[in-house]
Amino acid sequence: MPKLLNSFTQPFWQALYDYGITFTLYSESSAIDRILPFDPIPRVLAADEWRQIERGIIQRVTALNLLLDDVYHGQKILKDGVIPPDLILGNPNYRPSMHGAAVAHKAYVNICGTDIIRGGDGAFRVLEDNARTPSGVSYVIENRHMMLRAFPDLVDGAGLRPVEDYGSRLVAAMREIAPAGCRDPQIVLLSPGIYNAAYFEHVFLAREMGVPLVEGSDLVVEQDRVYMRTIGGLHPVDVIYRRINDDFLDPEAFRPDSLLGVPGLMRAYYSGNVALANAIGTGVADDKAVYAYVPKIIRYYLDEDAILPNVETYICREADSLRYTLDHLAELVVKPVGEAGGYGITIGPQASRAELEACRAKLVADPANYISQPCIDLSVAPTLCDGGVMPRHVDLRPFAITGKSTWVLPGGLTRVALRPGSLIVNSSQGGGSKDTWVLEHE
Amino acid sequence: MSSNPLLARYAECIFWLARFIERAENLARILDVNETFSRGRGAAQSWLSILQLNSDEERFYKKHQNATAERVLRFYLTDADNPTSILSAVTNARENARTLRPLVSTEMWVQLNVFYNRMRAIGPADMVPGSLSRLLTGIKEACQTFTGIAEGTFYRDQASYFYQLGRYIERADQTTRLLDTKYPLLTGGGDAAAAIEIGQWHALLRSASGYHAFRRVHSSELTPARVAGFLLFNPAFPRSVYLCVREAADALADLKSRYRLRGGNDISEGLDQLRTILESRSIDEILAGGLHEFLDFLQGYLIVITDRLSAAFFGHKPASQSQQASGAVWPLAPLPQIPS
Repeated sequence: MPKLLNSFTQPFWQALYDYGITFTLYSESSAIDRILPFDPIPRVLAADEWRQIERGIIQRVTALNLLLDDVYHGQKILKDGVIPPDLILGNPNYRPSMHGAAVAHKAYVNICGTDIIRGGDGAFRVLEDNARTPSGVSYVIENRHMMLRAFPDLVDGAGLRPVEDYGSRLVAAMREIAPAGCRDPQIVLLSPGIYNAAYFEHVFLAREMGVPLVEGSDLVVEQDRVYMRTIGGLHPVDVIYRRINDDFLDPEAFRPDSLLGVPGLMRAYYSGNVALANAIGTGVADDKAVYAYVPKIIRYYLDEDAILPNVETYICREADSLRYTLDHLAELVVKPVGEAGGYGITIGPQASRAELEACRAKLVADPANYISQPCIDLSVAPTLCDGGVMPRHVDLRPFAITGKSTWVLPGGLTRVALRPGSLIVNSSQGGGSKDTWVLEHE
Repeated sequence: MSSNPLLARYAECIFWLARFIERAENLARILDVNETFSRGRGAAQSWLSILQLNSDEERFYKKHQNATAERVLRFYLTDADNPTSILSAVTNARENARTLRPLVSTEMWVQLNVFYNRMRAIGPADMVPGSLSRLLTGIKEACQTFTGIAEGTFYRDQASYFYQLGRYIERADQTTRLLDTKYPLLTGGGDAAAAIEIGQWHALLRSASGYHAFRRVHSSELTPARVAGFLLFNPAFPRSVYLCVREAADALADLKSRYRLRGGNDISEGLDQLRTILESRSIDEILAGGLHEFLDFLQGYLIVITDRLSAAFFGHKPASQSQQASGAVWPLAPLPQIPS
């Protein structure tokens, strides 16, 4: 069986190499080209399983957008004591300058990637919200292309929900958020450039959307309007799908040392002359400490129970939680609240004594920077490995697009931890990916 | 037709992508013809002339004692530290293509990526006399494959005009360099040397894929003057300097009119002027004034054309000035004086 599968997939490894499909690692500066491992055994989701995930994500994204609109306007939720105010107001990703700014359709998080895991009880739970610049969607579409080519007769008649229209859905949403009165908006995708880890994805999306892929140096702001430098001079820009974090977007407003951004972009944004997706300041909504309050946030704004529950979370800024965390360090996963990509995580059951002590010291020194969660035994999926087909841990990142309303791409990115026993699926830490099949029929 | 406007940065990248591919192909041609020449006597001198052709002597002798075939070949084929090597040209082409991924076709990218991986895998065994010709032919064909894929798949909007401009300007430049390799042969040598020289001019024509085309024009005697004249002035041969200049001028004119661009009038004038020079001179006049000097003039002229393209279309000018399309903000090199 493994031999047979390999004979199918070998040409596609070669194809990937030829395509130069890459995932750059900051830590490996010498090797900027790396193939994201692709596992040929798909992960299958039944129609009813998907229905629950889809509803859960729409509910969650809706609540996060309501939260952001409230945080940047009346701050009712803080006044009502649902979230500790300093968790928001003292958050490094809170942007006071967004206060009172108008955001089209109150859609702050236009593109959201929600990390979902499945525990031993079979229930899907949200592990993390990614409401800033989530990546990975290009692999969803590329993986499907690869499956269709490698196993055409297998996919044929399986009744899979398609994933190909992500680009046109995204363009449609970008049009919906264009500044008022803009009839044929010029949309661009703003990338940090070819050395960015996700540059391949930026290229992919720009092509799928049919919009120019620009870097900061291609854009210029004059009289609070954004233009791009073309061979014929300056050309106005109306909507920017930016894949650069807030901090680096505008050296005038944020980090003055940023070379990636566009001086004056925030002036144009606050003047309502350009739309940004995602909006500025969404980082307060996907903060790992705020995460713990999302079920309460959903109840507060929507008067509903969370369709997808959270993983139990201890917020170490709270004395009881800190004490519990310190007492049970060897059983818990400790995560810094501000980091993404699996960096800085300590997995208690797998950590050495020295690692646990280092983690303890960091917790005591800066408790507000950490949360802890019980070590969930991630579900596994059959995966092609050197020794045959083996169980490997997986998670799922569906992608939701929000303009006037929210649409969820059927399936999403299934990441797989290729090392035996490993729970870390991040592509930056040796993870791979699988095609995710959502079945049309029961 | 609504199409996205072309970023200045992309225009520059596509221009240079085309140039680097063309450069790699022509360098392979030059090495190939030299390999033919250098069999037997005078080998050392012929490899030295390649270095002189590219003004690379100084950098070469920093690393190497003497210009043996093996060292010069490695310097031009696989030395990643040498910016004028074929490996560097292909690497640069690929880096530009990576930036251009949103614009170039997937086939263009894949072929270039495969080509690059192949270039990096070249080992010493591929560069020995028995294998060298096959290697150089392979490189030439990889470049031609790229050009063909571009012809068949590259979307014909503004970007494709910058591709044409880069391709023809580089090709014109490379033809002058190819011709310059044999320039010393035009300056003296008795009857005894003549027969060998004629053989070398044959090889030169063949390396430019021009032997049969030459025969269609000159069925009688093959003389150095006729070969030089053919490579400079022939209006139908795809690698002649004249044809390349005409194609570049046409591409620029089409680009400007189709996309209503106001910049670049000085470049159009410059290319027209160059075309007139090439139409009105005879090879005897050129040889009388010195072929090498004329080739130098052409190379200098093409450099100025490139400078002016950068100013008109790729300019990193302050935004407030870039809308005044015609007024360039820094002094541009004047076009070289035509040698009399």
